[in-house]
Amino acid sequence: MDVVELSRIQFASTTLFHFLFVPLSIGLVFIIAIMETLYVVKKDDKYKKMAKFWGHLFLINFAVGVVTGILQEFQFGMNWSEYSRFVGDVFGAPLAIEALLAFFMESTFLGLWIFGWDRLPKWLHALCIWLVSLGTIFSAFFILSANSFMQHPVGAVLQNGRLEMNDFLAILTNGQLWVEFPHTLFGSFATGALFITGISAIALLRKKHVAFYKGSFKIAIIVGLISGIGIALSGHEQALYLVETQPMKMAASEGLWEDSADPAPWTVIANIDTEAGENTGELKIPYLLSFLSYGDFHGSVEGMNTLQERYENMYGPGDYIPPVKTTFWSFRIMSALGGAIAALTIWGAYLYARKKLITSKWYLRMMIVAISFPFIGSSAGWIMTEIGRQPWVVFGYMQTEDAVSAGVSAGQVLFSLLTFSALYLILFAVMITLFVREIKKGPEHDIEQSDSIGDPFTKEGQHAFS
Amino acid sequence: MLSLNELWFILVAVLFVGFFFLEGFDFGVGIAGRFVAKDDLERRAFINSIGPFWDANEVWLITAIGAMFAAFPNWYASMLSGFYLCFAFILFGLIGRGVAFEFRGKAEHPTWRKVWDWVILIGSIIPPLTFGIMFTALIQGVPIDENMIMHAGVTDVINVYTVLGGVTLTMLCVWHGLIFGTLRLMDTLRERCRRAAKNLLPINAVLLIAFLGMTFFKTDMFAVHGNMLEYLFMVGILVYIASGYFITRKRDGWAFLMSGLIIILLIASVFIGLFPRVMISSISDAYSLTVQTASSGDYSLKIMTYLSLALLPFVLGYQIWSYYVFRKRVDHKEHMEY
Repeated sequence: MDVVELSRIQFASTTLFHFLFVPLSIGLVFIIAIMETLYVVKKDDKYKKMAKFWGHLFLINFAVGVVTGILQEFQFGMNWSEYSRFVGDVFGAPLAIEALLAFFMESTFLGLWIFGWDRLPKWLHALCIWLVSLGTIFSAFFILSANSFMQHPVGAVLQNGRLEMNDFLAILTNGQLWVEFPHTLFGSFATGALFITGISAIALLRKKHVAFYKGSFKIAIIVGLISGIGIALSGHEQALYLVETQPMKMAASEGLWEDSADPAPWTVIANIDTEAGENTGELKIPYLLSFLSYGDFHGSVEGMNTLQERYENMYGPGDYIPPVKTTFWSFRIMSALGGAIAALTIWGAYLYARKKLITSKWYLRMMIVAISFPFIGSSAGWIMTEIGRQPWVVFGYMQTEDAVSAGVSAGQVLFSLLTFSALYLILFAVMITLFVREIKKGPEHDIEQSDSIGDPFTKEGQHAFS
Repeated sequence: MLSLNELWFILVAVLFVGFFFLEGFDFGVGIAGRFVAKDDLERRAFINSIGPFWDANEVWLITAIGAMFAAFPNWYASMLSGFYLCFAFILFGLIGRGVAFEFRGKAEHPTWRKVWDWVILIGSIIPPLTFGIMFTALIQGVPIDENMIMHAGVTDVINVYTVLGGVTLTMLCVWHGLIFGTLRLMDTLRERCRRAAKNLLPINAVLLIAFLGMTFFKTDMFAVHGNMLEYLFMVGILVYIASGYFITRKRDGWAFLMSGLIIILLIASVFIGLFPRVMISSISDAYSLTVQTASSGDYSLKIMTYLSLALLPFVLGYQIWSYYVFRKRVDHKEHMEY
């Protein structure tokens, strides 16, 4: 394998791994902030218990998210130095602002939150967790503004052999950003929500701490319900925008080789033959692709062969068709899971309102499985977004094979790929173990062990500090 | 009048200086805790002393690298790809260390804790050691070709001089961390930290003199910026003597200020020595990256300047506030999270 392939595998694996933790952090901290606000407003200790219990899980997850995130910022320079030179003038700014605005905010106020339970007035302590939540949202916004630039470059001009920023506001108002950001944000809230409902479901099935987990479930299912609807609506907006700006990705995600009929049917499944450039065994729903692409039941959608011809005229000879099967199937996995999330949260809210939640065993069992849905869904969504953009790294300006580091050898990349993968696997195993431990300890554990009572200092009395 | 390129060079330098000043002591606490603390409880006290801060301290590095990327894309690209394995090792260290703080206290089993203690130790040594080696190689000059691409062999990065730089920086962090310990720990632990810091005084003095001596011969820093650096060198000697005085007199706050100043002077000198270059080519002066050739365009720098100036006061403000909130020593009434 050459440097390009190895670097791509490395970027895909480290980024997908990092993005398991990011949405969970964004979602969990938002819900924890709601819980702590309820504690401050209602002065009910139940909510404090919630914030602390889910807070423990959040912190384990956040730590892994942070350390795997450091690597993200380094690897553009390490593995993609030519990309960094070419777009740094535009792409570096959002990253720097993300660090300055979001990372400092997250880390400082999280430190204050973890260690400040007894130090800060209640309202100020709650404000700290809201600022952490705001920090995670800022972080998402700025990193997505950088990603949106790769999908749909705006606010920059090609000069001095590179892309140079000439309109910062255009970068922040990029249409791509404003469909990608809400979609990612709702997806993240849903990740946190389904994590809480799923773990609550385990406890509710075993009839443990029923009041606690029912309360947690209620808050989470409301967030989940809103997010589920948000995911669907923002996803639809994103598809409309995709047809306009990256029609090739849309065509590939539909496995559409030739221009479609008008109105266009949507292909549910197909057997794609990329060699011959045709599909067999297609199952189609009439009108649906027109609706997905234009928000109305008319209109033909351009196929990959038409677009290939147009891009050859625009950008010169080359293969402009992305890996079709991957784009096609990742889109379907994402959409199916998104739909399932929306349906499950609506159903759960209904059951809760009808006070049938505890007795609906099958629903609760399903919610345990559904913990995985947002994780798989987001990963599939990112695979579609990034693979569907190939061969471009910055659409229309730079191809992935030209972006890789010039002075780095395949051996170096292979070494870091293998060691980071090993390290990540260990981290993942440890994290899951700790999650299980914390969940088994349950919400009451925290009260027994709280602060001074369970602290070894008091037990061992004088010790070194007498 | 300062050009935007120069301003951003200074800002990147300030961010790195801030990083080594702040994360310097928590690297030091991570290393020293291993040797000064005698049992699990004392280890916990060490880790908790930096508990609320280390993560935000690390963000200084993230911001420094981010600012480098935004303001000097060619510097960022050449340095991170050129020192590929160095950065990989730094990442191993930072990743291991970051989760170790969080994971260590989550289970009581002695083996579990022992494993994470090792991770904290190694994860706290690797970053300052590697950064020290890298920055020393940077002022010594590395083979950079006419396309700004670095082709370093092993000896360009690892040689007696660079390793001395790495060891010096690491030992300074240990010393700085011990003095931080005198500020946030209590009683016998505090005493032990103070004694260890005092014992390190002659060792670090030898390291510093050896390093500065080699720098005089191995780099062109004194030839290019002689006056400025000689002046800083004098200040450094006075500060170092003062630090010894304050440690002996148990004026811990002042001692901490002095150990911090030593680190600040050292890192600042590296950046002053580099200027106006950001990476020195050992092949030809013409191939060196400078604040002009490595930088972003004016528009980009201007936008970044406005945004940073608007945000920095808040960032500094709440970070200082967090240190104020946790100004008390770690004792048995303290909430020990880790």
